Amino acid sequence: MADIDIRAVHKSYGKTKTLHGVDLSFASGEFVVILGPSGCGKSTLLRMIAGLEEITAGEIAINGRIVNTLEPRERGCAMVFQNYALYPHMTVAGNIGYALKVAGVPKAERDRRIEETAKIVGLSDYLTRRPAALSGGQRQRVAMARAIIREPKVFLFDEPLSNLDAKLRVTMRAEIRKLHQRLSATSVFVTHDQVEAMTLADKLVVMNKGHVEQVGQPLDIYHRPASVFVASFIGSPAMNLFETRVETGAATVRFGGAQVPIDGALAAQLRGKDIIVGIRPEQCVVVQPGNGVSAKVDFVEELGSGRVVHAEIDGQPFAAVIGEEMRVRPGDRISLELPPSQLHVFDRDSGRRIEFEAVPRAPQNAAEAPVLAIVE
Amino acid sequence: MDKRAVFKSWWLPILFALPQIALILLFFYWPAVAVMRWAFTLEPPFGGAAEFVGWANFQDVFADPFYWNSVGVSLIFAFCGTASTIVVGLVLALAVDRQLPGSGLFRFLYILPYAIAGPAAGMAFRFILSPERGLMASVNAVFPDFWNPAKYGSHALVLVIVIFAWKWAGYTFIFLLAGLQSVPRALTEAAAMDGAGPIRRAVDIQIPMLAPTLFFLLVIMMTEGFVGADTFGIVHHTTGGGPNHGTEVMVFRIVDEAFKGLNYSGASAQSIVLIGLIMVFTFIQFRFIEKRVHYK
Ligand SMILES: Nc1ncnc2c1ncn2[C@@H]1O[C@H](COP(=O)(O)OP(=O)(O)O)[C@@H](O)[C@H]1O
Ligand SMILES: [Mg+2]
Repeated sequence: MADIDIRAVHKSYGKTKTLHGVDLSFASGEFVVILGPSGCGKSTLLRMIAGLEEITAGEIAINGRIVNTLEPRERGCAMVFQNYALYPHMTVAGNIGYALKVAGVPKAERDRRIEETAKIVGLSDYLTRRPAALSGGQRQRVAMARAIIREPKVFLFDEPLSNLDAKLRVTMRAEIRKLHQRLSATSVFVTHDQVEAMTLADKLVVMNKGHVEQVGQPLDIYHRPASVFVASFIGSPAMNLFETRVETGAATVRFGGAQVPIDGALAAQLRGKDIIVGIRPEQCVVVQPGNGVSAKVDFVEELGSGRVVHAEIDGQPFAAVIGEEMRVRPGDRISLELPPSQLHVFDRDSGRRIEFEAVPRAPQNAAEAPVLAIVE
Repeated sequence: MDKRAVFKSWWLPILFALPQIALILLFFYWPAVAVMRWAFTLEPPFGGAAEFVGWANFQDVFADPFYWNSVGVSLIFAFCGTASTIVVGLVLALAVDRQLPGSGLFRFLYILPYAIAGPAAGMAFRFILSPERGLMASVNAVFPDFWNPAKYGSHALVLVIVIFAWKWAGYTFIFLLAGLQSVPRALTEAAAMDGAGPIRRAVDIQIPMLAPTLFFLLVIMMTEGFVGADTFGIVHHTTGGGPNHGTEVMVFRIVDEAFKGLNYSGASAQSIVLIGLIMVFTFIQFRFIEKRVHYK
């Protein structure tokens, strides 16, 4: 178990800057997920913790000890690589036990621990095979076993599930979570998949373009995204965002030819300011025509449990989730209400969230305000 | 998709292939046939038609103790030359592959010797390692005759092997560096995470992954050591086969017999034995080693 402190860490490759001052701190035993789009510097950060990449500026400390100049083997981290990086010329047992062999653990002891570890990940029957003779999921397990056997203080995962098919990914996700509970080592897991991130994380770090955008518990981040980027990146279907301006003298913003009411206190605070307003597709409510914002339906996605209507407002795409009892077809017009308490408001210049105390209000749903509102 | 180009006329493809066919006939088949003919015939010393003598030329060759000496010298030369070129090339490639600052310059410098002709390198090393004035002169001043390739056959053999290795290490270096760079970086990184230092990683991960390249170089360098143009060139310009036949490799002896001794028949018989020997070696290499170098 170990805590990790990352202080003002920068990374440049020659002239190109990849990380611009990252400050993070992970508590002992925490499961941290670093989430961000491809190329944002997640792997770079992880590899700097591991010791595979030099730290251009700043400090990384593991358990209070600054590790900047330490070799990977002196840091007590184990890593699972995206492409598994199994040694192709060694058997499964050889792969799993390599770290112990290097450490000079006697053969008998080593074999015992290899078997123990193989059992944990369900590989006992494959110990004599070469990696080439394993399926993707099995290779993934070997990579995990290779990390587990060292009993590391810190587990590092670099998109370990991205090469698996969807079903296996869900299974392995659960296994990783179980494993974490059992070993309770600090884990840092890098991914670009928000579902993976939301389901695994104790603490979620959202990164973009070499900056940390937001750190927090997954649900907090979902409910209170700190920036436009986080708002658009987390949640599926993605949050609707539109640019507008707070009207002077009224607690509304203009959108799609209608006046959308916003929180009164917020309006007073932001009078005349350019803002970006966001609302999750699940929070939009379909209302009688003539109310709310009018939208033209482009197409409808069936989810089984409901439908996502992809519509157009003011020439911009806009998504809304509707109940399965409602019928809409492409070309229909529907009216949407955007409840003020469900709106997310961001500064248009900085992209940062503007906090306000929303007056809680029961979300209107289709059941209490039955609707229907389909005009050709 | 069928990508073959089909020629309408029969003579056009032949015309295109003609220069190549002519070259092969002129420089390969004709000499090969001539060698076969000479190996089994003897030219009378005072003219007249060559007479067929069966295996007599071969019997003469095998009865000659100097011939067996040259076989031994060639074996030592090829084995030691191959081993040292591959070891030196490998060490240099592993060092350059670490991509430390300046490795680009060293990559260039290490490849450079390959561009120098063997005989030229031989001439240069005669001076560099001359017992009186070269690098070893100061050692010789303290221990007389510690290094004297003009006097001792064994020293001379070491000298020609060093020159061979100096030149050809650049060649193995290129291949081994390319091989190392195709080893996925994540593998050495995984080994580093598993606690292996650079040497351990080289031995446990990189060298096993290089096995196909090493095998290729083994075949190429053994052949080069036995029959390569450089083998003859280096020996001819550095030691002239001496002292006392100490560096007389098989190719040198063949050329020496043929063009100094004017014994075409004996030289041809030796050539055929040499070719046979190479075929046996290559067969052994493919039969027993090649199978072990793939991880599929
Ligand atoms: N060895 C390298 N040399 C130069 N640029 C690199 C190197 N490794 C990564 N980068 C750059 O750094 C950025 C972040 O990369 P990475 O951390 O791998 O992103 P990801 O978040 O997808 O894991 C990318 O723009 C990438 O091009
Ligand atoms: Mg990555």
